[in-house]
Amino acid sequence: MDGIFSSDVMALLGLLAAVLFVLGLKGLSHPSTARRGNVFAMVGMAVAVGVVLLHPEMVAYGWVVAGLAIGAAVGIPLALRTPLTMLPQLVAGFHSFIGLAAALVAGGMFLREDALGSLDGRAAVEMVVGAAIGMVTFTGSVLAAGKLQGIVSGRPWAWKGRHVLNACLVGALVACAVWFVLTLGWVPFVLVVLLAGVMGYTLVAPIGGADMPVVVSMLNSYSGWAAAATGFMLEQPLLVIVGALVGASGAILSYIMCRAMHRSFISVILGGFGAEAGTQEHRDTGAGEVRQAGVEDAAFMMGEAERVIIVPGYGMAVAQAQHAVKELFNLLSGRGVEVVFAIHPVAGRMPGHMNVLLAEADIPYDVVQELEEVNPRFKEADVVLVIGANDVVNPAAQTAPGSPIYGMPVLEAWKARQVYVVKRSHRPGYAGVDNPLFSMENCALVLGDAKAVVEGLVGGLKHG
Amino acid sequence: MDVGVLTVLLMIFVLAGLVGYFVVWGVTPALHTPLMAVTNAISGIVVVAAILVAGPDIVGPGICYLMPCPHPDGMVAMQWGARIVGTLAVALCAINIFGGFLITRRMLSMFKRKGEK
Repeated sequence: MDGIFSSDVMALLGLLAAVLFVLGLKGLSHPSTARRGNVFAMVGMAVAVGVVLLHPEMVAYGWVVAGLAIGAAVGIPLALRTPLTMLPQLVAGFHSFIGLAAALVAGGMFLREDALGSLDGRAAVEMVVGAAIGMVTFTGSVLAAGKLQGIVSGRPWAWKGRHVLNACLVGALVACAVWFVLTLGWVPFVLVVLLAGVMGYTLVAPIGGADMPVVVSMLNSYSGWAAAATGFMLEQPLLVIVGALVGASGAILSYIMCRAMHRSFISVILGGFGAEAGTQEHRDTGAGEVRQAGVEDAAFMMGEAERVIIVPGYGMAVAQAQHAVKELFNLLSGRGVEVVFAIHPVAGRMPGHMNVLLAEADIPYDVVQELEEVNPRFKEADVVLVIGANDVVNPAAQTAPGSPIYGMPVLEAWKARQVYVVKRSHRPGYAGVDNPLFSMENCALVLGDAKAVVEGLVGGLKHG
Repeated sequence: MDVGVLTVLLMIFVLAGLVGYFVVWGVTPALHTPLMAVTNAISGIVVVAAILVAGPDIVGPGICYLMPCPHPDGMVAMQWGARIVGTLAVALCAINIFGGFLITRRMLSMFKRKGEK
């Protein structure tokens, strides 16, 4: 079996692939190196697949190639045709595939090893861990994708008994896993798969719509751990390395998202946040009076301004207003107005969501700034335009110790000379918290659909 | 060196996790969505495991004279089951690999500097 491709050569090629993956991730540290990084990662994948196809035990090439071809036939159109506003659901869908694949690999390994009688305790532990993480990732991601797509309601599942149920599920899962490792039978293995599947659902169900950035990152992390588990199962160092890389990446993103909401990871996972938000729709938004402004006034003020900061939120994504925003950006820049975009880490439904939408609309990335960078600039801004964002510009996060969002880092929009908030209604944001910004002297609401309002601003600037 | 495979794999796992930790903190927040998409693509590396499940030969019941088989009657069916399950897993991973890298490329091609065409 030695020849040119001895197992040492194969292992070293695997190492090469791992290095290429690390360089690929490293490339994402700046937009100018990111495309090259993606190419590195692609080459790494090609090397890894090439090496395993040369594995001495490999015979069923027809089956493997058919599998790869089916994947290409589904994956390529999916990547090229999916509108970018549907990106969060697509990413969640991709996580689910990895979860299911890891569970299938565990099942397939069970069939092969059990058939030949080569199953032992250690292999059984790795198998059951791989299957369980894989299934949790699978059903959890399917539910997350359903919530993001709107097939399933984004409302969190607020049933009080859910913590008891989850605890029971964990207990049953561990019991079945131990049973499997001790007996190596198929019944406990199937039970583990089923229980883990149910658990993926009950873990994601209580988490509400705007906590989705955390959920998506968490599932990203799980898909990595699932890959690592299959690596342990098949004793493939490359899978262990990639699994650890992806797992760490998702975990860091979850942490960044939680920090940006000033919530603990545990509190997000336990869920139920935002369950009551819908019932407070008609509450008064504070002591002061809320002013409203017409589109023409806002357009006039922006056209006369020297510095404008635009704060996009999920409302911009829902209304697909990014192209109208780009037109607004062009018109203002053409008049010599300095326009900057301010992005809060949790704006949208997944990390970096707003950046991609603005990039799609051809807005250069050097005018798109993150929270720490842009916050000192609000006091110099003449006009701030908030499009479909609410909690991320709420001053209560800094001034009201009793508020549920107190301590959350926010964009200090209220420091600008004039703030216009484009909103569909008077209703409070996701957190169900009143926003004192709306009743401030320098703030006015422009009611309406984000896209319609921005197009109105564009029209106003053209004619004004 | 007399170290078990599991130990070596654990060492690799922990060190790779640390590498991931430091590399990912260096990723600019603006590219967090492409980061997720590219990690989607590279977690398609499970395809290697899937190929190893789907690919190997189907061994006939004759092998049961050489080693103890727990299910001599069902073993061929079980191996075929593994082949089918493995191929399904290959297809799922390939969706991630092709889809993940392409959507990453599509996204990254949109990130432009001021004045860049």
